Amino acid sequence: MATTLAPVLTDLWDKDRSWTLATYEDNGGYRGLRRALSLPAGDVVTMVKDSGLRGRGGAGFPTGMKWGFLPAPDGGPRYLVVNADESEPGTCKDIPLMLASPQHLIEGMIITSYAIGCHHAFVYVRGEVLHVYRRLLKSIEEAYAAGYLGKNILGSGFDLDITLHSGAGAYICGEETALLDSLEGLRGQPRLKPPFPAVAGLYARPTVVNNVESIASVPGIVVGGADWFKQMGTEKSTGHGLFSLSGHVTRPGQYEAPLGITLRELLDMAGGIREGHELKFWTPGGSSTPIFTAEHLDVPLDYESVGAAGSMLGTRALQIFDDTTSVVRAVTRWTEFYKHESCGKCTPCREGTYWLAQVLQRLEAGRGTSADIDLLLDLCDNILGRAFCALGDGATSPITSAIQYFREEFEAGTHTPADVLFPPERSSLFAYTPRRSGAQLAGVHA
Amino acid sequence: MSVEQVPVPRTNGQTHRAGYDEETRARLSADAAAIKARYPQERSALLPMLHLVQSEDGYVSPRGIAFCAAELGLTTAEVSAVATFYTQYKRHPNGTYTVGVCTNTLCAIMGGDAIWEELSDHLGIGHDETTDDGAITLERVECNAACDYAPVVMVNWEFFDNQTPDSAVALADELTAGHPVTPTRGAHSVCTFKEMSRVLAGFGDGRADEGIGAGGPTLAGTVLAREQGWVAPPFPADAEASTKTPARGTRTTKAPAASHAPKPGGEQSSAERPATTPGDVSPARRTTKKQSDDAKES
Repeated sequence: MATTLAPVLTDLWDKDRSWTLATYEDNGGYRGLRRALSLPAGDVVTMVKDSGLRGRGGAGFPTGMKWGFLPAPDGGPRYLVVNADESEPGTCKDIPLMLASPQHLIEGMIITSYAIGCHHAFVYVRGEVLHVYRRLLKSIEEAYAAGYLGKNILGSGFDLDITLHSGAGAYICGEETALLDSLEGLRGQPRLKPPFPAVAGLYARPTVVNNVESIASVPGIVVGGADWFKQMGTEKSTGHGLFSLSGHVTRPGQYEAPLGITLRELLDMAGGIREGHELKFWTPGGSSTPIFTAEHLDVPLDYESVGAAGSMLGTRALQIFDDTTSVVRAVTRWTEFYKHESCGKCTPCREGTYWLAQVLQRLEAGRGTSADIDLLLDLCDNILGRAFCALGDGATSPITSAIQYFREEFEAGTHTPADVLFPPERSSLFAYTPRRSGAQLAGVHA
Repeated sequence: MSVEQVPVPRTNGQTHRAGYDEETRARLSADAAAIKARYPQERSALLPMLHLVQSEDGYVSPRGIAFCAAELGLTTAEVSAVATFYTQYKRHPNGTYTVGVCTNTLCAIMGGDAIWEELSDHLGIGHDETTDDGAITLERVECNAACDYAPVVMVNWEFFDNQTPDSAVALADELTAGHPVTPTRGAHSVCTFKEMSRVLAGFGDGRADEGIGAGGPTLAGTVLAREQGWVAPPFPADAEASTKTPARGTRTTKAPAASHAPKPGGEQSSAERPATTPGDVSPARRTTKKQSDDAKES
């Protein structure tokens, strides 16, 4: 039997006024918190460790282990910070989750705070999603009013406050130490590690930084137990996850499934590639993960299998591009994104992304030189592993992987513009007549 | 370069004064006090306070920078350094509506580039420019986490999903005419840039219950699961009540029931030191290729 969907978080999303506390409670919400508060905090940590839950924000680091890295309590504050700065190109799971059922996140935060001994937790949400901010603010107010937040929660003696904090437009703040600097009122630039946030995070105190979906998955684990969670997924990539299909697919959207499902299975569910076309390339987990092609349709989408196939599971942001798409155009645009979002702290990323964009722009315009592919690869080699944080590394992923699979398209960039080889009006989801060449559009941030 | 030196010609009425009048300053100070009270350390209030300044002046004004500096005991240079790092903080007066066209790769290819061309030509302005009537500031924006609704246009950071050049032009015309517009997923109508900035400073506008919980693509998997009768495994406590076949997942071997993650320490202290390299966590990750996705780790 093929893998099926496994709606856990998404099971609430089609309910009437799904974002309200009343709807959440009517559908079993806050059972997890009650159970957690009846257990010793250490047992909750153990339960999440045993579940095998791994960070859903991209890196896949075991969530319970991250909690366990906090040093022993010393009487001072410890913090939970939720990374709701979802901005990785292609990634679109946390925003709809917080719009549709923010209480999943709030309950998860309360349980997590209890488990790690935190009494003041923060949500750092990107500033470019106004209605999500409204829903989160309201859900926190509702939780206070119901006695789930504040002093002596549900009579347990446990106290917790949650502060909602809006970012202001900076992809780099999704990097956890840049996020902490931003939350402290600074420019969002990454910190040298170690010390890791577990030891010296927010205000130099022990801090756990977790992704929205990771934390939202915690209530279910506490209600169902580690073994319930492990019924889904693979041995090392346990549980359910949101798979976000976008692009040239018949029914794009959110598909919550056990980890280990394949793109072929997901495409079947989503009605396949848009009619009359074939899959050309796709990202398994956002633009920072090396691209895949049709030969990877049957790679199980779990951390190990995707890694073994040369990419990363990332955020399960499956951006699908069909045979009309210029890979050079796609990669150039991603590179311009990294150039725009590079924080400027370290030289390889700050300078390297600018050079990458310049070289790619001339290839997209059909004015590349015969040495440009080697130049790109050399630039990537000088960024990967040499940048201060993972933004620089991520910037190289689409380039090196695209050259690996579609080298001839980059070679064509020495004589023919990408929009001649792949007219953009064939890729778009509506009919139109282009007015300018892609070469003019490229490099707007230059 | 400081904000004060930006060579933007100011028309009458936009010229900033040295500071806020007493009444305004008192009101903003009360708001700033409420913001500061949310944090253990005052400096954390700076980002929301910059949103607050934008809610008053429509951009991060020199007097707003001075206000933040005075409230937080910082220099204006320190405040400017932060304000100029983030794209949502505008350095010259913003239009009533920020219209952002996503031109990151996925939206661009699905048609975002065409929408951008059409809107830019229609309005006669380019990136980060404002129409003469002050109605619209046009921006090319990066991925806004709505890829399953591509191509996407944002108006004051509310979602307008599945746009076309024609729909985007019609939207801009409504904004220019001063008519209310309704986002696909958001409040019943789009508020002004200043009103939006006040919400982002943490002052709710009571509109959270407006609009839908989820659009069609958000529900694609949920709807399909309902049609197919697919459910996640029931919680053990609920198991007897369930009659449907749960998702089997894809794992082929059952993990030992007593499998435990390593616990090198006591309660809440599972390691003598935090992992400093991936190799501390798993020998398998001692790979030559640096893992490059911990930018989004969490």
